[in-house]
Parts: sequence; structure tokens; C-alpha cells
Amino acid sequence: MKVLSKIYMALVFLLLYAPILVVVIFSFNSAESLSRFEGFSLDWYGELFQDAEALTALRNSLVLATVSSILATVLGIIAAFAISRARRRWLARTMESVSDIPMMNPDIVTGVSMMLLFVGVAGILKVQPFLGVWTMIIAHTTFNLPYVILSVLPKFRQMDHSLTEAAMDLGCTPTATFFKIELPYILPGAITGLMMSFALSLDDFVISHFVSSPDFRTLPLYIYNQTVHDVKFSMYALCTLLVFVILGVLIVVNVVGSVRERRQLRKAGAKR
Amino acid sequence: MKKKQSMIRAAASSPYVVWSVLFIVAPLLFVLWFALTDGNGSFSIENIRGLSAYGRTFVMSIGFSLIATAVCFLIGYPLAYAMARTSRRIRNILTVLIMLPMWTSLLVRTYALMALLDNGGIVSNTLTRMGLLNGHLNFIGTGGAVILGMVYDFLPYMILPIYTSMTKLDIRYVEAAADLGCNGTQTLFRVVLPLTVPGIVSGLTMVFVPSISTFYISQKLGGGSFDLIGDTIERQFQNTVTYNTGAAISLVMMILILISLGVMNHFTDQKSEVIVK
Repeated sequence: MKVLSKIYMALVFLLLYAPILVVVIFSFNSAESLSRFEGFSLDWYGELFQDAEALTALRNSLVLATVSSILATVLGIIAAFAISRARRRWLARTMESVSDIPMMNPDIVTGVSMMLLFVGVAGILKVQPFLGVWTMIIAHTTFNLPYVILSVLPKFRQMDHSLTEAAMDLGCTPTATFFKIELPYILPGAITGLMMSFALSLDDFVISHFVSSPDFRTLPLYIYNQTVHDVKFSMYALCTLLVFVILGVLIVVNVVGSVRERRQLRKAGAKR
Repeated sequence: MKKKQSMIRAAASSPYVVWSVLFIVAPLLFVLWFALTDGNGSFSIENIRGLSAYGRTFVMSIGFSLIATAVCFLIGYPLAYAMARTSRRIRNILTVLIMLPMWTSLLVRTYALMALLDNGGIVSNTLTRMGLLNGHLNFIGTGGAVILGMVYDFLPYMILPIYTSMTKLDIRYVEAAADLGCNGTQTLFRVVLPLTVPGIVSGLTMVFVPSISTFYISQKLGGGSFDLIGDTIERQFQNTVTYNTGAAISLVMMILILISLGVMNHFTDQKSEVIVK
């Protein structure tokens, strides 16, 4: 039974990784072939770093991910604060379900609806549709919002109310209380939300496809344009780099997580 | 004092309320508006009536994504079960291995799968060299290839939530069932399966929704011969004239998905606790 389940796991992971492995291996191929490995070379990587269009797309992606994840985190903290403190339950519930909409809807519907908003508003104002950087920032911030709320809201709910009350009793204004007590408390959740937003924004293709214009192209849009025709081999080099960056981030997050877990376990042990 | 606090509370929530009305609610109203008007902006139900022409597309999309979701479940459930039974160290490594494809661009993975299976790709070359094939695989462009693409792209989204519920499952329930005379199969169907329903529901959702709305997978692996709902919507938005039809199709798909989400959530009252895109 044990052996059987090991074989099964190996098979599924093989299925999951075969295409990625092929891309990684053949990005080092000296020939332009995905089926015969002629020899090791870094030619495609050299070509990639001379591809001005790819580099611009990478820069655009990083700028967009930074701006939209920060915006989403700020708005998400505000939203979570409002939801957790709302007096009327129906209000909290409505706010929460509205923020979930972009997460529940398929990406294509979110993309289409955003595009129709921009096109519709342009039509009402009788101006040319204005798709570009700004519409991208708005769209990315919006689809990142629910993920920030989902990671911050539990922190607000767990928080002990007597902490804020004590701060106020000791003379803090509500604003000072927020920045001195509440914000530090929810910070870990906010950081999780920020990181998740950054990654989601970097990765998004479908929504960007609908709200972008050719003058602001992100990396996924650039990759999509490449794959419409025959792909340049420098694309495989790019994909390999992306896979390794993601792997690195995942390993770091995992190691940090398990170190923290172990430290907490040790602390708990010491207390006993 | 009380009054001042509630005013602050209202002021604090306003940026978010404004944002969500402008960019979450208003866009959906615009979909509705475009779906129910013609090109000149006057009311019409022609777009909705015209959707009968896309009946085949809808049926095919629903069929393909149901098959893909079922296959993902059949592959993913045993895998999550096996993963949950490994040691802590192995489990952490396997979790990273499941998450890596999730965070790798879908475009990249789909394209890589196509390159692998295409004529002249590794699979067809290897099979030819082994004498099992006469040089042409002819798999890209079939319905099977589209379904395989969905399974391959979305399988991690099935595995991770189920695996998360598995790890939360108290192993003593399984031991108790065994002590009370359940055999392996009975334990699986009477104890493990019911206790992992929340994970199953979010797994099914996370595979079904992207499958039914995809357009890239069918473009690449279907070789252009399979028009799914996503492809149809995407095409309508390349040309201003057909925005209204596109909005109508999106509206119907959204309603379809809402209904199926409602049905699925009926089986679990817990909010899906796994957040991964």
C-alpha cells in the first residue's frame, strides 16, 4: 500500500512537471528545437536580455504590481476595519459579499465588466476610450482587494477589544489608537495580503487582456502576443527564469514559516 | 463621544465603499446595460434572444469543464490523501511542489504542454523512435487535448484545498472507525469523505470556474476548432460592434456560475477557508 501510494504520487507529479521541465531543459539548448538537445548554451538568455520589448514589459509588470498591491493593501485594511467595526450586521455582510465578487466571478467576466465600465463611461462623456496604465492600475487593485481583506479581516476579528479601549482611556485619539495599536496588530495579515496581491498582479493575464492598450503591455500580455505565432526561443529562457524566481520565493516563505513555527513551539515548551 | 466615534467609523469606511461601488458594482451594471441595449443605446432583448445561436457552445463548454473537474477530482483526491499521510518534512516539500505550478504563468504552462504534445514534439518523436507511431501524433486540436489542458492547468487547485482539509482531519476519527470494525473502504466513504467536504467543494469550484471560462487553453490545445464560451466572449470584444452580444453571453455565464456555486455551497455552510488563486 505504502509503495503503491508513492508510485502514484510520483506519477502525478511527473504529469504536473513534465512540460515545465521540458521548457527549463530546452531553454539551454544550443539548437532551436524542443525535441533534440544539441548542446548546452546560454544563447537564448543573451537574446532575452537584448529584447527591449520584453524588458519594458517586465518593468511595466513590476511597476503595476507594486502600485496596485500597495493601493489594494491600504484600501483592504480600511475595508476590513470598517467591516469588523460595523454596528449593523447587514452592513458588514453586504460589504463583505461585495468585496468577494471579483474573487468568485471568473476572470473573464471581471475583465469584460471593467472594460465595459471604461468604454461606457467614455461613451457617456463622449471621449475616446482611455484604456492604459490607469485602467490597469484600477483593475488590478480591484481584483486584489478581496485577497487583502481575506487576510486582514480575521486579524481584526481576533483582536482583543480591551486593548483599544485601554489606549483610548489612556488618552489616545481614535486615529492614534489605530496607528499605535490596531495597525501593528494586523500587520502580519497585511503583509500576507500585500505579497499575495503582488504575485496575483504579476501573474494576471485575462483581466489585463481586456483593460490594457498596446502602449502599456505587461509581461503576461507580452508572452500572450508571442505565443500567437511561433514562439521565439528566448521566451523559454524567460519562462525558466520566472519558474526559478517563483521557486526561490516559495522556498524562502516556507523556510521562514517553519522556522517561526518551530520557535513558537519552543516558546510554548519553555512556558510549560 | 459616541456620535463622534460613529462619524469616524463612517468616514473611515468611505474610501472603500466608494471604490467598491465604482469598480465592483458599477461594472456589473454596465454588463447588464450593454446586454440589454442595442448599438444605439436603446433597450432591446435581441442580444439575449440571439444567444440561442450559441447553444452548442454552452453545452460543449459545460461538458468539457464537467469532465475536466471530474478527472481532477479522481486524480486529486487520492493524491491529497496520500500527501496527508507522509511525514511532516516530505509534506512541506510536496506542498511547495503543488504551489509552484499554481504560481507559474498559465500561458507558459499551457504553451509548454502544447509544445510537448505537438507533432515533432518530444512525445511524438519518442513514440516514433520506439516504433509506436508513424511520425504524426495528431493530438493537438482534439477535444481530448482541450480537456487534458484543463486538467493539467487546474489540477493543483483541486489538490491543495482537499489536502488542507485532510491535514485538519483528526486521525483519531479514522482510528476509531477502524476500531469499531470499518474496513478501509468503509472508513473512506463514511468518515474521510464526509469530513473533507469543505475542501472538496472549494476544489471543485476552483477547477470548474476557470475551466468553463477559459479561452487560452482552447485556442492553443484545441487548435482553433473548439469554440468555448470564453473564446466566444473574447472574440466579441475585439470589435466594437459586438460588445452587446459579448455582454449578453458574459451575463448568462455569470448567472450560470452563480447558480452552480449556490448549489455547491449548499453542501457546506463553512466559507471556503483556502485562499489561493
